[in-house]
Amino acid sequence: MSTIHKSPWLLHYDGSSCNGCDIEVLACTTPVYDVERFGVINTGNPMHADIFLVTGGVNSQNASVVKQIYEQMPEPKVVIAVGTCACTGGIFKECYNIKGGADTVIPVDIYVPGCAARPESIIDGVVKGVALFKEKAAKLAASEKAN
Amino acid sequence: MTVQTKVILAVCYIILAPVVIGLLDGFDRKISARMQGRKGPSVLQPFYDLKKLFEKEALCANRAQLFLIRSYLMFIMLSGVLFFAGYDLLLVVFALSTSAVFLILAATSTHSPFSSQGTHRELAQIMACEPMELLVAVGFYLATVPRTFNVEFISKSFSPNIIYLPGFFIGFVFILTIKFRKSPFDISTSHHAHQEVVKGVTAEMVGREYALVTLAEWYESAVLYGIVGLFFMSRNPFSIVYAIIAILVVWFLEIVIDNTSARVKWQLMLKLAWGVTIIAAGMNLFLLEIIRSNIR
Ligand code: SF4
Repeated sequence: MSTIHKSPWLLHYDGSSCNGCDIEVLACTTPVYDVERFGVINTGNPMHADIFLVTGGVNSQNASVVKQIYEQMPEPKVVIAVGTCACTGGIFKECYNIKGGADTVIPVDIYVPGCAARPESIIDGVVKGVALFKEKAAKLAASEKAN
Repeated sequence: MTVQTKVILAVCYIILAPVVIGLLDGFDRKISARMQGRKGPSVLQPFYDLKKLFEKEALCANRAQLFLIRSYLMFIMLSGVLFFAGYDLLLVVFALSTSAVFLILAATSTHSPFSSQGTHRELAQIMACEPMELLVAVGFYLATVPRTFNVEFISKSFSPNIIYLPGFFIGFVFILTIKFRKSPFDISTSHHAHQEVVKGVTAEMVGREYALVTLAEWYESAVLYGIVGLFFMSRNPFSIVYAIIAILVVWFLEIVIDNTSARVKWQLMLKLAWGVTIIAAGMNLFLLEIIRSNIR
């Protein structure tokens, strides 16, 4: 039986968010919401991460950074865009330097809307992400067996 | 001890050490979470983490790294086998130091800035801890009659060695905080996820490689807890109970220190570790010599 979904490690990257969503992401690790009870660890290292949490839109300066972080994460991996900015560009969408949401540079699996996204909805998104993570892991294992 | 018992003890170490230390780690995370007013993950969490790491994609920075990490694990297991089968304590300490060299080589083989920074910290940590580890072996040698480094003889001494070696014990427990990668927070690689140098020496180790390093750390912890227990072992068959109680007390103490010293930096670590080594172990060594020469 695979237990891979019981240990999802998060990497949180702040694109060009106003910090509203970041504070809510960090709130998830506080005693009130305590995401660690799902086995979640908020790691700072893309190479150890399973779930990539992006807050804020992507601008021309950090597009390459977002891409590099995504590429450094080993498979299976899941990307969650947290907040309206990360989903679509949000209120900054029309700015000259903003490309749009995170999905303009990397494939996003789950969108968590809200300005700012509430901790409850972020946890909801992470739980959905964990289910998807398990699915992707199973697929990866099957394809490895086939080869 | 017969050769058969030695082999059984060594096999027990290889099989049981990760189970016991993994569980202790799980309870550690649970208790830490409770101390912070959280619910915390399942006590089996360390095993889930390890299993997941083995299932992740293998993204090796270079082929040498995996080989070096395997050597790191092998040397730690060797030191554990030597210790639990009752061989030479000095050899155990040397095998542990040799293993650290492989970890450093593995970290530097990638040229990542975080790994390099972590390597410098790891070297500082070795400087902080190594004198105490060696002194513990010397302490046991001086305390046992007749003088010996043999773990089997030490564990069967007339009275528990803690009576002669309280200073060594304090010094050793002090460096355990560093050895278990709990405090300071900017250590070469921390068992906490977020730290100043990302993940330091383990920053570039992906999936299976990181799992092997974690496993090696569990085996190392087993040896270190074993040395803590050795202070309380004697001819009395019940002494093993005292040893286990002492290990659990030290384990709990480490959790408390971890949760109360979140902002200690490595510079302070170096000074404190040497200070405690010189004062506690040095004084103890001095007194031990005086007592011994009077008896003679
Ligand atoms: S969605 Fe709202 S709170 Fe979140 S980063 Fe954008 S503007 Fe800030």
